[in-house]
Amino acid sequence: MAEGPEDLNLPNAVITRIIKEALPHGVNISKEARSAISRAASMFVLYATSCANNFAMKGKRKTLNAADVLSAMEEMEFQRFISPLKEALDAYRREQKGKKETSEQKKKDKDRTDSEEQDESREDDNDEDDERMEEEEQNDEEEVDN
Amino acid sequence: MADGFGGKEKCSDQRLVSLPLSRIRVIMKSSPEVSSINQEALVLTAKATELFVQYLATYSYKHGSGKEKKALIYSDLSNTAEESETFQFLADILPKKILASKYLKMLKEEKGEGEEEEDEEEEEEEEDEDDESEDEEAES
Repeated sequence: MAEGPEDLNLPNAVITRIIKEALPHGVNISKEARSAISRAASMFVLYATSCANNFAMKGKRKTLNAADVLSAMEEMEFQRFISPLKEALDAYRREQKGKKETSEQKKKDKDRTDSEEQDESREDDNDEDDERMEEEEQNDEEEVDN
Repeated sequence: MADGFGGKEKCSDQRLVSLPLSRIRVIMKSSPEVSSINQEALVLTAKATELFVQYLATYSYKHGSGKEKKALIYSDLSNTAEESETFQFLADILPKKILASKYLKMLKEEKGEGEEEEDEEEEEEEEDEDDESEDEEAES
């Protein structure tokens, strides 16, 4: 089979692993069957993308989003995928949030370290200022509560 | 103990998606009307494709004839594509396999229907000759 410059095939090793994990232990998968499933998977991506894109266009959007993909699954009658997909989406979002917070925290730590090094000589003055500021903030909060 | 390698394997099992996102993206972008794809959509499509592979494999195995031999073979898949409505979209890329001689005969029958109004006698003679040659091919 001739392959163009863009490889529309999925890696054999990964496809094989997914199949083996899904089937009962010890089942043999013929080379032809494996190849067929791989082609089917590529076809699935195309079909799902086209379907999802229809939903994006309906919403007058040019960018495919997660909701479009979920709607596509419903449309293609793969409702059984929707629940595990939603779980995967939640996990992905948590992961992304965690990464963002970690990098922001690292940045804060870095800034704090830098400023500590710079202000070592003026530390006493700053502490007094901070304490005064904190008192002012507390006063403000009390007023707001009342 | 090769704990280093074991650790790596654990990491890949815990990853959300095994299929490479870059490849999935290439396939998605090959669709003409698609402009851009948000990262979440990409991840979900990859995950959905994995679920699809699992589903297609298990369905075909369960309903297939290869099950007796504890094997999954091509015909299990082409049967699924033909018989299940959910997998109908695969029918063109997973055609059923037939003997070449049968296919040639089918072609001739179709051609014969198209030329019904023409001289039938000549056609029948031609078909007889062809049938004889088909038998020779099957034997060899």
